[in-house]
Amino acid sequence: MAELGKPAANAAAARPAAVLKAGATQKVLAFASLIMLIVVFSLSSENFFRFDNLIGIMLSTAVIGVLALGSTFVIITGGIDLSVGTVMTFCSVMVGVIVTFWQLPIPLGILGGVLTGAACGFISGWLVTKMSIPPFIATLGMMMVTKGLSLVVSGTKPIYFNETPGFSKISMATLFGIPSAVFIFFGLAVLASIVLSKTIIGRYNFALGSNEEATRLSGVNVTFWKIIIYIITGIFAGIAGIMMASRLNSAQPSLGTGYELEAIAAVVIGGTSLSGGRGSILGTVIGALIMSVLTNGLRILSVPQEWQTVIVGGVVILAVYADILRRRK
Amino acid sequence: MNDILVSMKGIDKQFPGVRALNKCNFELKAGEVHALVGENGAGKSTLMKILTGVYRKDGGTIFYKGNSVDIPDTRTARELGISIIHQELQLMPDLTVAQNIYIGREPKKYRGLLTDEKKLNEQASALFAELNARLDPKAKVAGLTVAMQQMVEISKALSFRSEVLIMDEPTAALTDGEIDDLFRVIEQLREKGVGIVYISHRMDELKRITDRITVMRDGCYVDTVETSGVDVDDIITMMVGRQIYAVSRPDITEVSEEKVLEVNNLSRGTAVKNVSFHLKKGEILGFAGLMGAGRTEVARAIFAAESPDEGEIYVHGKRVRIKTPADAVKHGIGYLSEDRKRYGLMVDMDVKSNISIATLRKYRKAFGWMKREAIRKEAEERVAELNIKTPGVNQIVKFLSGGNQQKVVIGKWLTRDSDILMIDEPTRGIDVGAKAEIYKLLDDLVSQGKSIIMISSELPEVLRMSHRVLVMCEGRITGELSREEATQEAIMKYATMRGDARVVAGQG
Repeated sequence: MAELGKPAANAAAARPAAVLKAGATQKVLAFASLIMLIVVFSLSSENFFRFDNLIGIMLSTAVIGVLALGSTFVIITGGIDLSVGTVMTFCSVMVGVIVTFWQLPIPLGILGGVLTGAACGFISGWLVTKMSIPPFIATLGMMMVTKGLSLVVSGTKPIYFNETPGFSKISMATLFGIPSAVFIFFGLAVLASIVLSKTIIGRYNFALGSNEEATRLSGVNVTFWKIIIYIITGIFAGIAGIMMASRLNSAQPSLGTGYELEAIAAVVIGGTSLSGGRGSILGTVIGALIMSVLTNGLRILSVPQEWQTVIVGGVVILAVYADILRRRK
Repeated sequence: MNDILVSMKGIDKQFPGVRALNKCNFELKAGEVHALVGENGAGKSTLMKILTGVYRKDGGTIFYKGNSVDIPDTRTARELGISIIHQELQLMPDLTVAQNIYIGREPKKYRGLLTDEKKLNEQASALFAELNARLDPKAKVAGLTVAMQQMVEISKALSFRSEVLIMDEPTAALTDGEIDDLFRVIEQLREKGVGIVYISHRMDELKRITDRITVMRDGCYVDTVETSGVDVDDIITMMVGRQIYAVSRPDITEVSEEKVLEVNNLSRGTAVKNVSFHLKKGEILGFAGLMGAGRTEVARAIFAAESPDEGEIYVHGKRVRIKTPADAVKHGIGYLSEDRKRYGLMVDMDVKSNISIATLRKYRKAFGWMKREAIRKEAEERVAELNIKTPGVNQIVKFLSGGNQQKVVIGKWLTRDSDILMIDEPTRGIDVGAKAEIYKLLDDLVSQGKSIIMISSELPEVLRMSHRVLVMCEGRITGELSREEATQEAIMKYATMRGDARVVAGQG
């Protein structure tokens, strides 16, 4: 219960909104770590703090970042969605089917990708609520199903967008040298943040994570809102799929496994609690940036790929431990 | 025996937004039963959590057997010999009694490779013999009564050779016979020289069992008195520091004959059997009975928290089908659970979110945008109207006292304009002063035309509040008493009336 510590909790209590309070310190901590990483890498290598490298970091954050934004919603309810990575792939394959196989216009492809994501989210949400299958299992199943479907639908081969040159513009058109994927990521972050803090979806989202039974007994249609939240997560996965396909100028059906875990890691580093009721979009954005800054910086310092993974894993554990320590004291 | 075991001096504790303890003192002698009383939020639990190492104090000193000690965590407390038995028992239901008591300290055999179950059970038996407790070491905890589980907790505490035993509302879930047993055990412990801190709201118990009483109010130490030298009214006055709302109800508000709710032949499993009754406008209908009589289950079945097997429900004379709690809420029914933290509140969210959760749709603009200003205003109105003590509507609910949390739940349903409220144990875990306020609030609500079903296990509460009393036993309604007929004796008669003649032949 009220095991809030003195300094941290006092500082937090000064903040106006309840939802902001809980994650505030963690966000400050995460943000400080991000700045520190950037400073350390900048001092270690002159190649790090350069415009094109920073843009590269942003670009590599974008797709995982969008997945993480979506995952934040489900995780705040106390659930989890393990299928976002392969749903993303499935969506990009569907875009490929619509645009390349059926030769329909790009906007229809985009719509199809988003709808595919929404449909996958709906199925997950339906399994979790109506069938009472634990989120971990339901979305694990969805992860495998969509992974398989991607291969089936594409015939196990990549689908290229060579005949629709405009398609790669979705992610790679530039403004001031910044690719559009980066703008999409930050735009969606702002949107997600608004949904979470200013709409009733967001309020129900936190209520579900805080105490689902009390929410149900308050006359809230818990099933409906939970499905909505899984759909939101699915839509974000769909958008990520479109961004990914655009960036690679192809839909790669065997990609995507493991992305869900990176997205969850970003969410968790950002201070969102896996037990639900607590979290923020700003935290997730910072979490996603920390992951890609770390990967990028280590690569520039010529740390071998395999060791990069080891270090990122350590950071995830450390971040969660720091959060637990803060909460305990 | 007059050696002082524990002495806490000038203890301070600060929580976000609240000064929980302000220079509090407490003293416990060996072989003494020392009551710690005060309203909820007075700081009793906080003080005891500091003594048991759950919280760290911000100021003050703790002396244990004359030495100043630091208690940074619960293990240190236990090693010193300080144990606490929480109101919510903390046992592992799927392990046996003996396994629970010696968890983490099991005797080993074969060089520590295996646990020695035989020795484990022998140790537990020896412990029970010492306490004259009739417990089977091999019994699964899940199958024990609450009273027996409590004995397991007490035995566990004593197995650590505890000299200080803190009991938080130990009788809350016990029957009278079980309470007598518990008091016999306490008596034995006292003779052994164990110091017992006894936290309770039940005044009659304090007179029966305690030697001294320490009173706290609003995080401050008020006084410590010899139990024999004070009467109950003095203690209550010290606790609340003000005159409390009269115990007897001043006058009864008129109840109209209009039936707002009618329930016919409601059944669910073995918990609710053929329950039929009606509720009138402006009425408080008391539901009395022993624990497990099925009263909560009736309320939850009406609200469709668990769907009933059969039964008809009429609201304002119209037949309604309630399939989910959302349906019930639509028909103007609100349910306030006895377990507010589990079923009533989102304790990690703020006051305004909790008050508005049942009404959010009303505040929806295009694209699901919330009218946040309106939500805040309405919550502030509710806070003023119900006199909820909180620094503001942005305060996180878990930092409020029990009475104020209950008001937040009431506020939630008032915001929803529910005109039928089903309130389960309205004052459970709420202290004397706040209790009176809740009573007054309920009186006010019915005089404004709301109708209330009040489930209560406290007979004085049932008698004081109800216009009419229904008594249940084993899932059936066994009696209906008008306000004039309702006495403790009459209620108890019906509450223990099994297989009643009123039951329609041929069922169940």
